Amino acid sequence: MNVATNPWIWVSAILTLGIFSFLYKENPFYRVCEHLFVGISNGYSITFVWHRVLMPALIDPVAQGQRLWLIPIAIVGALYFTRFIPKVSWLVRIPIAIVMGYGAGASIPRAIDASIVQQVRATIITRSTFESVYNGIWAVVILVGVIATISYFFFSRERKGIFKPLSYTGIIFIMLGFGASFGYTVMARISLLIGRLTFLLRDWLGLIR
Amino acid sequence: MKIRLPLILVLVTGIVGALPFIIPHGIAQSFDNEFRNSILRIIAAFSLVLGVGSIVRHHTYKIKWKRENWQYSWILLISLVITSIIGLFGGIEGTGALPTSVRGFSFDIQTIFVYMAIPLGATMFAMLSFFMASAAYRAFRARNFEATLLLIAAFIMMLGSVPLSSYIFPRLPGFAEWILTVPNTAAKRGMGFGIALGSLATSLKIILGIERGWLGGTK
Repeated sequence: MNVATNPWIWVSAILTLGIFSFLYKENPFYRVCEHLFVGISNGYSITFVWHRVLMPALIDPVAQGQRLWLIPIAIVGALYFTRFIPKVSWLVRIPIAIVMGYGAGASIPRAIDASIVQQVRATIITRSTFESVYNGIWAVVILVGVIATISYFFFSRERKGIFKPLSYTGIIFIMLGFGASFGYTVMARISLLIGRLTFLLRDWLGLIR
Repeated sequence: MKIRLPLILVLVTGIVGALPFIIPHGIAQSFDNEFRNSILRIIAAFSLVLGVGSIVRHHTYKIKWKRENWQYSWILLISLVITSIIGLFGGIEGTGALPTSVRGFSFDIQTIFVYMAIPLGATMFAMLSFFMASAAYRAFRARNFEATLLLIAAFIMMLGSVPLSSYIFPRLPGFAEWILTVPNTAAKRGMGFGIALGSLATSLKIILGIERGWLGGTK
């Protein structure tokens, strides 16, 4: 057994055990760790935004007398503070409008390109798809699955005729997809758990190599 | 003024956001780059004020009115202030005006992040595996064919991801990979079309001022 001597490893281990203590029941130790997490994360965000965004993009160039036109931009950004002054709190809508308007506008062509055009292109079957027999078969399965899934979410028509078995095939694909996503997510969480247990047993207690 | 100005701004910036994709000219592209990397970046950075301000206000009220578990709010506020001071004045790598090392023991913001925030966050997410397993045990019952399919797909995915599975069934990892790349892709792609069309419609509604929920009221 080779217990860690670095005080930070001890801090990490105690905090890890604090969070894990919730598995028994909610307790003060867990609550302390939970609040500590929120406090530290916010403090880190403030630091990060200050040193990595505001300093290089605004404060440094303005302090050197360059890009002085950024000062009114900073004033617009500072309007976020008005959220906490009831009389002028409506002014917070100005920076929100700029950020959200640009985001909404930029997302329209991106969504059309990445989520519709590129996806249709990837689903379409051409002669080159069948260069490998297996790839061709799976491409046909994907094409059927995509059409079936879309038909399942098409609620403007009664499910009868060809539409009924097609939408049922859609449910089968959706269930397989959800099952795969669930299994994948569980395994991602399990790998995190293994990481934490490895930290406790190897880095902290030195029980394993 | 209180409603019209933000709506005009949202329309104008919405058009500005969409234009570079329609006009591939160099001037439009460089204007978009400047707008995104300078103007928008600075304004968006200030939005942190809303999040941090709300948290501080919420916990200050909690302490002031001695609401349930108010004592823990002190821990949050103190850790927030200390971390911010260390980060703002000590610099990210501990090269700022505030000394962040005493006799070889360093407590700069990066060290705090690595040894406190990362273990706390990772453990929080690792703990979800227990709750997911417990929820799955209660919710996943092979009641009908569709539920059984979901169960089997999840089981194959989980089993196929561990090295042991290849010793039991050598083809299982390959089958898990197939589920992920073929039926899963088909379902996700089909749903993706709906999501894309929905987000397109919402974006248009925001730009045209039909969707006004973000204004937070009509006053």
